[in-house]
Amino acid sequence: MTASDEPRTPQATATGSPSLEELRAEALEWGRKPRARGTWYVTEHMVRAMRAYGWTIVIGALGQPVLYLLGMAVGLAALIDAPIVDRGQQVDYLVFVAPALLMTAAIAVASEEFTYPVMAGFKWRRYFYGFSASPLSSAQIAGGVVAGAAARMTVTVVLYYLFLWLFGAVPDPATGWLSIFAGLAAGLAFGIPIMAYAASIEDDKGQFALVQRFIFMPMFLFSGTFYPLSELPGWLQWIGWISPLWHATELGRAATYGDGLPPMLAVHVGYLLVLAVGGWFLGRYYFGRRLAK
Amino acid sequence: MPEPVISAHNLVKAYRAKGKPDFVAVDGLSFEVAPGESFGLLGPNGAGKSTTMKMIGAVSTRTGGDLQILGLDPDRYGPEIRSRLGVVPQQDNLDGELNARENLYIYGRYFGLPGRVCAEKADELLAFAQLQDKAKSKVDQLSGGMKRRLTIARGLINDPRILLLDEPTTGLDPQARHVLWDRLFRLKERGTTLVLTTHYMDEAEQLCDRLVVVDEGRIMAEGTPASLIREHSSREVLEVRFGSSRNEQVAAQLQGIGDRVEVLPDRILIYAHDGEQALERVTATGLEPMTSLVRRSSLEDVFLRLTGRSLIE
Repeated sequence: MTASDEPRTPQATATGSPSLEELRAEALEWGRKPRARGTWYVTEHMVRAMRAYGWTIVIGALGQPVLYLLGMAVGLAALIDAPIVDRGQQVDYLVFVAPALLMTAAIAVASEEFTYPVMAGFKWRRYFYGFSASPLSSAQIAGGVVAGAAARMTVTVVLYYLFLWLFGAVPDPATGWLSIFAGLAAGLAFGIPIMAYAASIEDDKGQFALVQRFIFMPMFLFSGTFYPLSELPGWLQWIGWISPLWHATELGRAATYGDGLPPMLAVHVGYLLVLAVGGWFLGRYYFGRRLAK
Repeated sequence: MPEPVISAHNLVKAYRAKGKPDFVAVDGLSFEVAPGESFGLLGPNGAGKSTTMKMIGAVSTRTGGDLQILGLDPDRYGPEIRSRLGVVPQQDNLDGELNARENLYIYGRYFGLPGRVCAEKADELLAFAQLQDKAKSKVDQLSGGMKRRLTIARGLINDPRILLLDEPTTGLDPQARHVLWDRLFRLKERGTTLVLTTHYMDEAEQLCDRLVVVDEGRIMAEGTPASLIREHSSREVLEVRFGSSRNEQVAAQLQGIGDRVEVLPDRILIYAHDGEQALERVTATGLEPMTSLVRRSSLEDVFLRLTGRSLIE
């Protein structure tokens, strides 16, 4: 931004203070930029605040893939003799499991960034009320929270992908990088509805721990993460069908070793989109309702 | 008279609750605030002051009536109005993850100010709030008074035309209150319009050019602190204590002394033009108060007169 497009304060009139007409014009001018860019101002704040726990983010983003991949590649893969046949081809266990781990990492970031920071913003520290007293709208505040979390997710997913590639878990790097976007989609499809939920609850009675135990964990275990979903008995497969992790993992597997487009591409993308967009509308509603109280 | 920067007519805010009648927090308030004026809303907790402030702050939408801030309707021009307001909320809502200077810097960004301007303003306001040596301190390490000053400083990052202060000194010790009042006086001298709510009558008397006394969402009286006292109270007040069990009984014997006698649980107030003379009349009846005090009338007395209740309950 140049000095010329900074909001200007009207000069004092001959009588010493600006008229109401001038004050109105001044407000209209000052409101222009926050209306257009408010979401990015909130994003800047959220990313800045993450620096307070920056080391956790960095160590998590670097350490988690190293530990998982060592465990899978050196440990578990050595035990699993049965060949994994997926998408009509036989693949190493590590190659099979890698995209699911990538998606899980994004979802883990989402389960952090869309829960406690949202509760802190409304209740513990109340900084969202500070944001809403400024020119920012409630939708921009919600949007900034999403964009801030997406920024952290991007760092995590890109680093994770690089590790997968280094560990030889990406046979097809020409399309493999597309799994980064699938990871982001997984995180947002899981996280934005959780953000809406977090914005709707008045008191923390351990709901986020329940989300972790009864949504995140079953999703992680029963979404075709460690074996194809078809290996599960029919009565358990539905967990995969409704899980953003499974849909995103299917996209990731198609990108990293699949032969052509995944058979249900539209279903996978559409489902993730429905969750993210539906969550967004709900989240926007709850942010608006709560901040106007 | 210059055109008002805030004009409210029959302002109403009602909240819906399932299975219950609507709760009307603000019930037809009408007032105007001139540019550069220091205007107060005085009333007890739950009077509707904070709700009114949220509507003036273009955060909460009104249920009825007309409201214009800086010549704009907050329902339509919320962001534009908020861009020229400074807001000091009742509860601090600084970001504890950031240090004092960062809190100011990042808040400036919300108004679309470039980083360079935000940095300059942050340093200037840290000096204004006497917090230069706390610039790098995390907010959680600051005392209550320091947090309040930082919140006020944050509210000034955009050189606001109107500063809204909701109970600015609640919970502060006397010294911190006086530091804050001093900062607010300086703003007033610069011509910033101040709108504040308080339930402290001394604060209202110190800071407000004009105020409205609000109770149960309605305006009970309006005027300058001096005119309100003149109109609704006597010049002086004699406070006498006979012990909480005897006050009620003794009060009956004091009727006729001064303009009016008011019995509170712990003391009796006798409103009179000359408090000393009233005290002489009390002792002349043969009654001997445990303690007595003659003071000037305050807004607390005005409130008591208008509502029959004390401001701080």
